[in-house]
Amino acid sequence: MEDRFQNPPLLCGLDPRTLLLAATGAAVCFSLVHDMGMACACLVLALILVVVRKPPLIPLLKRLAIANFFILFLWATVPLTMPGESLAGLGPCSISREGVALALSVTVKCNAILLCVLVLTADLDLPLIGYALEQLRVPVKLVFLFLFTCRYIHVIGDEWQKLQTSARLRGFLPRTSLHTYRTVGNMLGLTVINSIDRSKRIYEAMLLRGFKESFHTVTELKATRIDFVFSFFFFFILVTLLAGDIYLRFHNAG
Amino acid sequence: MHISEGALSPAVLSAGYALTAAATFISLRKINYARLTTTAVLASVFFVGSLVHVPLGPGSVHLILNGLLGLFLGWAVFPSLLVALLLQAILFQFGGIAVLGVNTFDMAFPALVCHYAFRSMLGKNNMLRVAGAFGCGALSVAGAAFCTALALGFTDEGFRASAKIIFMAHIPIMILEGVIAALTVSFIAKSRPELLQFTEE
Repeated sequence: MEDRFQNPPLLCGLDPRTLLLAATGAAVCFSLVHDMGMACACLVLALILVVVRKPPLIPLLKRLAIANFFILFLWATVPLTMPGESLAGLGPCSISREGVALALSVTVKCNAILLCVLVLTADLDLPLIGYALEQLRVPVKLVFLFLFTCRYIHVIGDEWQKLQTSARLRGFLPRTSLHTYRTVGNMLGLTVINSIDRSKRIYEAMLLRGFKESFHTVTELKATRIDFVFSFFFFFILVTLLAGDIYLRFHNAG
Repeated sequence: MHISEGALSPAVLSAGYALTAAATFISLRKINYARLTTTAVLASVFFVGSLVHVPLGPGSVHLILNGLLGLFLGWAVFPSLLVALLLQAILFQFGGIAVLGVNTFDMAFPALVCHYAFRSMLGKNNMLRVAGAFGCGALSVAGAAFCTALALGFTDEGFRASAKIIFMAHIPIMILEGVIAALTVSFIAKSRPELLQFTEE
C-alpha cells in the first residue's frame, strides 16, 4: 500500500509543506487550463519534474494506468456520443471531432496533474503529510481525523483479512448468491461493531494518558532558502501558464 | 466511480469545494473528540470496505458503503469521507486533489440525506428495519451516481451521454449495496441492537 519511490530524490531536501502546496497548486492550476496547447505545456512541466526526480518508471506507469480507467471510459463513450462534426463512421455511430478533442484534453490534463502530484508527494509518508497539513493551518480536528484514519487503516485491514481467512477455512467461496452477500454482510457488521468498540477504547486510553483535546507534534518542519526559491519559480511557472491560457482564450474568442 | 482529475470545469470544481467545506465546517463544530475517534475508525472501515470485491454476475464490484457510513455517522460523514477520499487520492490516485471537493460531496450528501430519512426506521420492527437499511444503502449509491452524473453533465454538453451511462451502470450496484446494507444492519440488530438507536444529534 505504501510502496513509495525509494531512491533519494533531488527534491527531497524540500519541506513537506512546500511539496504539498506545490502539488495542490499544480492540480488546481492544470484543472483551470482550457486551451489544448497550454494543457500540453502543463504535461511538459510534469515531464520535466519526472526527469528531474527520476522515479522508478514501472511503479509510476502502473499507478498512472490505474488512474486512467476513468479516462478509458471517457474515450469509449464521449467521441461516440458527443454531437458534432463527424470524423469517421463506425457502424451506426460516428466519431465526432469535438468528442475526440474533449477526451484528449481531459487525458492530457489528468495525466499532467497525476504526474506532478505523484512526483512531488512520492516521498512523503502519511504522518508527515498530517503534520504538514497541521502546520498549514488545516483545522486541528480534520488533521486529527486524517492521522487517526491513517493509523487504523492497517488495523481494520488486518481484522478484515482475519475474517476472510476464517471464512475461507470454513469453505466459503464467494459467488453471486444471497449466501455470499449474507456472509459479507455479517463480516461487515462484525467489523463495524468491533470498530465502534475499539474507538471507545482508544478514546478512553487517550483520556487516561491525559489527552486535553490538543495535539502536540514532535516533528519540526523547517522551510529553508531552497524552499522559497523552488516555490517562487514553481508558482511563477504556474501563474504564467494560467495567464497564457487566459490570453489565448480571449485571443481566440476575439 | 471517482471522477478523475482534469475532467471537470472550474465552476463545478469550486462549487464542490465550497459545498464540502461548508458541510465539513458545520460537522466539525458539531462533533467532539470522543465522536471524532469513532469517525476516524469508521472512515478506516469505509476505506478498507472500498477495497473489498464482491461477485456480481460475471464480474465483481467493490463496495461503496457510503450509505452505511452515513447511517452511523450523520453529519460526520462529510469529514470522514473527505479524509478517506484524500487517502485514496494519495495512495492509489483514485480521484485527486482538485476534484476532492466534488467527489466528497457526491458521496457524502446523499448519505447524509439518507441518514435523516431512514434512521428512525432502524429502531422499529424487523420488516421496517430491513426496508430502511436497504433504502439507505441503495439510495445513497443512487444519489452518489446521480451527483457524479450531474457534475459531469454541468461541465460539458459532450459528457451528458457518458453521465447517463454512469448512472445506468450503477443500478445493479445500488441493489447490491442495498442488500449488503440490509444484511449488515440485521446482523448488528441481532448482536448489538443498542448501536442502532440514533438519539444523539
